[in-house]
Amino acid sequence: MMRTVLILFLCCAMALAVVSLLWGGRARERTVNVIGSTSIQPFAEMLSEEYHRTWPDRKVEIQGGGSTAGLQACAEGIAEIGMCSRALKAKEAELFHGITIALDGLAVVVHPSNGVGAMSRGQIRRIFSGQTTNWKDVGGADRPIRLITREEGSGTREAFVKLVMAAKDNGADRVVRISRKALTQESNGAVKELVKHDPCAIGYMSLGLVGGELKMLAVDGVAPSPKEVAAGRYPLMRPFLFVVKGQPSGQSQDFIDFVLSASGQLILEKEGLVRAP
Amino acid sequence: MKQAAKDKCISLTLMAVAMSGISGLALITGFIFREGLPIMMKVGLGKFLLSSNWYPQEGEFGIFPMIVGSVAVTVGAMLIGGTLGLGCAIVLAQFCPPRLVSLLKPGIELLAGIPSVVYGFIGVVILVPFIRDYIGGPGLSVLAASVVLGVMVLPTVTSISFDALRAVPRTYREGSIALGATEWQTTRMVMLKAAKSGIVTAIILGMGRAIGETMAVIMVAGNTLDLPRSVLDPVRTLTSNIALEMGYAAGDHRKALFATGVTLFVIIMVLNTIALAVSRRRPGRVGQA
Repeated sequence: MMRTVLILFLCCAMALAVVSLLWGGRARERTVNVIGSTSIQPFAEMLSEEYHRTWPDRKVEIQGGGSTAGLQACAEGIAEIGMCSRALKAKEAELFHGITIALDGLAVVVHPSNGVGAMSRGQIRRIFSGQTTNWKDVGGADRPIRLITREEGSGTREAFVKLVMAAKDNGADRVVRISRKALTQESNGAVKELVKHDPCAIGYMSLGLVGGELKMLAVDGVAPSPKEVAAGRYPLMRPFLFVVKGQPSGQSQDFIDFVLSASGQLILEKEGLVRAP
Repeated sequence: MKQAAKDKCISLTLMAVAMSGISGLALITGFIFREGLPIMMKVGLGKFLLSSNWYPQEGEFGIFPMIVGSVAVTVGAMLIGGTLGLGCAIVLAQFCPPRLVSLLKPGIELLAGIPSVVYGFIGVVILVPFIRDYIGGPGLSVLAASVVLGVMVLPTVTSISFDALRAVPRTYREGSIALGATEWQTTRMVMLKAAKSGIVTAIILGMGRAIGETMAVIMVAGNTLDLPRSVLDPVRTLTSNIALEMGYAAGDHRKALFATGVTLFVIIMVLNTIALAVSRRRPGRVGQA
């Protein structure tokens, strides 16, 4: 009785091992894992669908998680390609190789009913640091300003901090903290959802994901649009990077080549991003 | 002889299975504390728990606003869910025809099966705009989180309190009625007193559920780092702090999130210990309650 049970158990274990080996082996052969920024994710998904349509036997798996998480996954070998929605820091640049797949503007967004249409970077900085707390101080209606920010470590947040919150103070660079009162949301979509329904809100998000329902502020006199970003006039601009560690495998290189090809770039352009220079 | 050996073998196997469950708990505990304690010591326990500055990039880790946030949201949830849950339990145990009970009780228990994202989503789509438009503030608030969590703890509180009320011997009730007490007097003065320890357990287990909930709270609480000044202010709880920043954190930041976990762990352990201690007192004995 005991022996039969034991034998049965061993058989099951062996079968499981064989199946997982076969399955894992096949998955490794065909799938490239791409992990990282939630800002790049929707675009990468579109690219991977198109890629899969063109070559049905090649598959790319896209996952979110955030820029820093993407870099970590890439460093640990969980992902072949990491997605990063900000420039690499000096330390990271030693470890990884970043490939710019597109440029994106960072749009400062408000409710469509908001009368304010343009602000300087200084004004935005004072708003997000909590110094300016009413819309009437920047030329709007008498309403409190409700800040919406992204969570610590998000590529969008880090790009925003670097481009807006860093101020020259007596010649030295000083980063102003984002106010503690800011509501924290964990994706571009959540920020959009909040700003869409709240007349007092102000937030920032990827220009490519804004859509038609929000009002975008002109920053330092330049209205955000892919054209202005491409011309280098719009001040809040950041790169979208694919990041690899060492030499990419044939499969990943193939996908990167597709993204950088004319048809890949066209998809990104159609969705509101700017071609990689 | 052979039978005895077989028995022994089976009991050992079962023991091993049971132990693997316990060792999982031990491992998790050990790991959280190993990762979290050093940073708590480095920052200083007092500063870590009582400072309001959470700037991980600059090496400042103070979780006081999140402790306040967790407590505020949990108290709010218990005011709503605890009251409603206890009310439900009393109605089901005392004033409901059995056929209706067999319909209502599974219905309430079904609430426990709804995934927390769904609660959060309903909160964001319906509750948050309602609060923003009709009550004030940004909508994402202690109040929104309390209401959502209140509904989520309802099944826990209801079913445990219900069981406690049902466990009260029939003779108590019958005796009270025979002495001329009304239904409500019986409920208030006899049944609730007799079932007190069970009801307290229900409330505490509900609190444990509320304080540990993450997904729904992230979606409706607003996650600011500021101390809330009213129920309409947004807050960040301990759990949402971990979940929000976990994906990105490295180095000390990551350890500080584990330390947040340690704090949460200690709070929940204390709650569960109280629940256990209270429920050890046999329910249904008036003299001991």
